[in-house]
Amino acid sequence: MATRTLAGSRIRERRIAQGLRQADLAAEVGISPSYLNLIEHNRRRIGGKLLQALALRLEVDTSLLAEGAEQEVIARLGNVAARLGEEIGVSSSADFANRFPGWANLVIRAGRRIDELERNVETLTDRLTHDPHLAATLHEVLSTVTAIRSTASILSDTREIEPEWRDRFHRNINEDAARLADRAQALVGFLDGASDTQSEVGSPQEEVAGFLSAYGWHFAALEEGRAGAAASYLNGSAHLKSSSALAIAGKYLECYREDAAQMPLETIRAAIEQQGPDPLRLATLLGQDLAGVMRRLATLPEHGFGLVVCDASGTMLYRKPTDGFSIPRFGALCPLWPLFQALSRPMMPLAQRVMMPGRGGMSETLFETYAVAQAVLSTDYGADPLLEATMLIAPAIPEGQPVTGGAATGRLIGASCRICPRESCAARREPSIVSVGL
Amino acid sequence: MGKTVVLVEDEPNIIEAISFILSRDGWGVHTHSNGDTALAALESKAPDLIVLDVMLPGRSGFDILRDIRSHATLGTTPVMMLTARGQTKDRERAMELGASRFMTKPFSNADVLAAVRELAGP
Repeated sequence: MATRTLAGSRIRERRIAQGLRQADLAAEVGISPSYLNLIEHNRRRIGGKLLQALALRLEVDTSLLAEGAEQEVIARLGNVAARLGEEIGVSSSADFANRFPGWANLVIRAGRRIDELERNVETLTDRLTHDPHLAATLHEVLSTVTAIRSTASILSDTREIEPEWRDRFHRNINEDAARLADRAQALVGFLDGASDTQSEVGSPQEEVAGFLSAYGWHFAALEEGRAGAAASYLNGSAHLKSSSALAIAGKYLECYREDAAQMPLETIRAAIEQQGPDPLRLATLLGQDLAGVMRRLATLPEHGFGLVVCDASGTMLYRKPTDGFSIPRFGALCPLWPLFQALSRPMMPLAQRVMMPGRGGMSETLFETYAVAQAVLSTDYGADPLLEATMLIAPAIPEGQPVTGGAATGRLIGASCRICPRESCAARREPSIVSVGL
Repeated sequence: MGKTVVLVEDEPNIIEAISFILSRDGWGVHTHSNGDTALAALESKAPDLIVLDVMLPGRSGFDILRDIRSHATLGTTPVMMLTARGQTKDRERAMELGASRFMTKPFSNADVLAAVRELAGP
């Protein structure tokens, strides 16, 4: 049977199996019904974007629709089998692919997924065992612990010790304790995501974080409204490896495009010039949704705003850290963040100053935050509202700088209990692994 | 004249603590903190025991140990390796290169003292 014949016939089979009318499918991929009819009856060759569009709409791997794709499909089936330690003959694979193209597609996708997951496991394992930063920091921590243990033991066990030696050892312990606190916090920060540059861990969220960070959360082509800009960013990114990451990033870029269309750069910048970067005032002035204004402000490179968006379960959907305001990658966040207060008071805009502990818990950094929880519009009548909370974090207010509109202090918050030094915090869920008293 | 130990370690407060406990125990203690110049320092001191950290600025403790074992005068000197890396492969590598003892940080003063006495005493 000719390859060309199979390609057209498969499109027809898939369309009918999905209950799609020829005219509807043709309209969706931007061709006339008569042209699709010619393709389905194997009287026209197809390829490129049209083939991709048809494959996407028919939810089938492009290679399974492509002309001459059989050999590739057969080869891929063979690869999947080989990865699982099985040997499947070419004729057997060809028979399977021809008789059950849908199942063949599923097997190939499952094989890809296995590869993807195995890569993640390898990356995680490699990071834990060979990451030079991790190994060096752990070595430093252990060396400092050794110095403290040895010195403390001398002070404890030596009955007669000269005052000069005693003072020197006290000073050494004090120095080492401070170093240990810094190193431990640096280590936890590294593992928990204080830095966005460490993005090669493997989760889709981290792939997206690496992608957004690489562009500084600002996408010039989307600002200009260029056609196909989002797809170009997605296809050209080295960070986005998994299909999940591509989907999440695609959703983010679509939201970005809509926000940019609603509030073009010149408009939002002119409004900030007039009102200052207060999101509620800007929303009122521009007649825009408050959460949208917060997202828009976070895309402006000149302001350095941080942003966190979470759903009603408290799960982070997006995170853009700002200097001094640590946002963990995983795990439970500090429940004292205004982000979560907003969830308990939907549609009420909140503005709150917060104090975030610095490294080693030795200093506090003051931030102005804005938060709101809004319902995401449902596609069904009468459906319960789904809430999303958004928190904008203005860059840190430098110590000693006069603060307008309130006290130069704020609510004491942290990043998450595990790395927070506030021992007596009423919201503490679990003991901290960072102790200021070390 | 008492026996001498050379401690090659880059963490100043560990150097101070170990020097103190060994000195109190009657050992003559010399210290050095750079991997590149450690061998020359060892040659000049000709100690009864070498306490050698693995991770040093410059050459690693493993490289220095290899040189010690092929050295004309230092070759038979007992060497106690100190490391924060307690992995089996590091221990095996140290022993293959001729280490007399392998001690993982954080160690206790009593363990260090006991090992020094055993390797170079009485």
